[in-house]
Amino acid sequence: MNRRFATEQPESFAFTDANAEWARTQIRNYPPGRQASAVIPLLWRAQEQEGWLSRPAVETVAAMLDMPAIRAYEVATFYFMFHLHPVGSIAHIQICGTTSCMLCGAEDLVAVCHDRIASAPHQLSVCGKFSWEEVECLGACANAPMVQIGKDYFEDLTADHLTEIIDRLAGGKIPRPGSRSGRYSSEPATGLTTLAAGAGERPAESPAVRRALECGDTLFGMPQ
Amino acid sequence: MLADQDRVFTNLYGMQDIGLAAARSRGHWDRTADLIARGREWIVDEVKASGLRGRGGAGFPCGLKWSFMPEATGDRPHYLVVNADESEPGTCKDREIMRHDPHTLIEGCLIAGFAMGAETGYIYIRGEYIRERELLQTAIGEAYAAGLLGADAAGSGWRFDLYCHHGAGAYICGEETALLESLEGKKGMPRMKPPFPAGAGLYGCPTTVNNVETIAVVPTILRRGADWFSGIGRPNNTGTKVYAISGHVNAPCVVEESMSIPMRELIDRHCGGVRGGWENLKAVIPGGASVPLLPKSICDDAIMDFDWLMQNKSGLGTAALIVMDQSTDVIRAIWRLSKFYKHESCGQCTPCREGTGWMMRVMERLVTGDADPAEIDMLLDVTKQVEGHTICALGDAAAWPIQGLIRHFRDEIEDRIAASPARTPLAAVA
Repeated sequence: MNRRFATEQPESFAFTDANAEWARTQIRNYPPGRQASAVIPLLWRAQEQEGWLSRPAVETVAAMLDMPAIRAYEVATFYFMFHLHPVGSIAHIQICGTTSCMLCGAEDLVAVCHDRIASAPHQLSVCGKFSWEEVECLGACANAPMVQIGKDYFEDLTADHLTEIIDRLAGGKIPRPGSRSGRYSSEPATGLTTLAAGAGERPAESPAVRRALECGDTLFGMPQ
Repeated sequence: MLADQDRVFTNLYGMQDIGLAAARSRGHWDRTADLIARGREWIVDEVKASGLRGRGGAGFPCGLKWSFMPEATGDRPHYLVVNADESEPGTCKDREIMRHDPHTLIEGCLIAGFAMGAETGYIYIRGEYIRERELLQTAIGEAYAAGLLGADAAGSGWRFDLYCHHGAGAYICGEETALLESLEGKKGMPRMKPPFPAGAGLYGCPTTVNNVETIAVVPTILRRGADWFSGIGRPNNTGTKVYAISGHVNAPCVVEESMSIPMRELIDRHCGGVRGGWENLKAVIPGGASVPLLPKSICDDAIMDFDWLMQNKSGLGTAALIVMDQSTDVIRAIWRLSKFYKHESCGQCTPCREGTGWMMRVMERLVTGDADPAEIDMLLDVTKQVEGHTICALGDAAAWPIQGLIRHFRDEIEDRIAASPARTPLAAVA
């Protein structure tokens, strides 16, 4: 994936009032004069708001942090979570492809995206609603294979599960994140071997899944 | 087997409430001020006596690391930075601590911060862990509201502020000096050492960078005593350890067990065994992508700790086991790691920037067998030229899996080349 800014850029960028206020509080997490530390969180918020990171957005963040624009360009182009080109308007599907996931079937998930979305990563689907890429280890290896969509992890997947997730998204619904094999989180699927005391009274969903369902913001700011 | 009452992370799977009141009922935040009142020296000595070695991969003695911080706070503030950039392929243990037992980490930060004279701590969490960050931030908010952080934290008389900071998808930021660069708002490119972070770290100030699990076990060590912790495992390899097991086992999982548990016992007891039975095992990468793999013959007797694995030319690393059964194309499994390192090299040092791409391309041809047998030694030679010739250990980490593959599966590579119809003479590729 080339790490250059997209050829077509919007005229300008502005944070929403709520995001601008959030940015001001974020900057206060760092000592006076060290506001540049906030560059990744602010760029990320800009991407959440717009779906991808435009050059005006990077320049706006640089100005807010009193940084030369080039320093912010460096950061935007260095870190792979920043999308410098538009992604699918509903969802950008990130499939973990590193060894643990590969051993457990990540290539079947890539094939689903290849067939259903676009033949190449980072390419928009014909409808413009989806895009996908294979990413490096997402750190959920005991729940392999898995994908990240927006804020959430979808784990223990088969090709059929991913197809169903894409169908739900295409139908305007947000699928339930977490494990698809009936696991609660990262415990053994065959039953608890540790920490069994009190486990029977657990809520139906694990904390991360509960939060996702309560907030309903899996797809964050991506324009629908 | 470790008993449940000897586990530090009693809510590893999030089946109980993760809030502060429930964490307290599980024994966390219990008389924290009393622990702090016993003084810095006592805390550092206890941690030293417990034998706690860093859980992030390198296994450096934790108490010793803390003792490198200057004793008196001069005109420069001290910082505690927690490395929560969990990105080593195979590793998913700190994730469970942060999203399901966050108060172990937050209490650990206060105590560690006090022990090294730091009034400020930053937790640098990988950008992809968004829900984990939200849950951790919620727990930090609870701690502030209850007076456990901020001025007179937990009634200890010590001021401690803790912030959650995040990255944006760069494995290299798990290297401590790259992490500091990133936290300062720059590209994550490792710094030359010396100076070490204890002398000049975050914003040029004395800083200690510790892994999540390392910090999170400290309060329990202090409460239960160094002897309790050092009584688990083998000498020099003490304590409990959170293992992550992925790949070809019947039930992959994350589980806290004793250090020095036999590999086979770990897999059989907690993971339902290797898919198809132990005899169907081909190889295990025992400590995350960076350590050389071990063939079944060595796994039969393997002990999961720093020293045993080091003696057997591998490493405990992050204690993330990637298990491969007989159906695995092991050359391809290692090629995928070469691809990972090529993707994640920051590009600062030439041997790594160029070497990772070179190694990946040769590995790609070894997968299909489209190579000359002499290239195996050539590849080995290149790994030796990358290893030890870069600012940080990413170059070494890219070299070791390939060295392990050639050490244990050279026959398989040679057979693949011999069987390949599309064999390219060496002269054509050189």
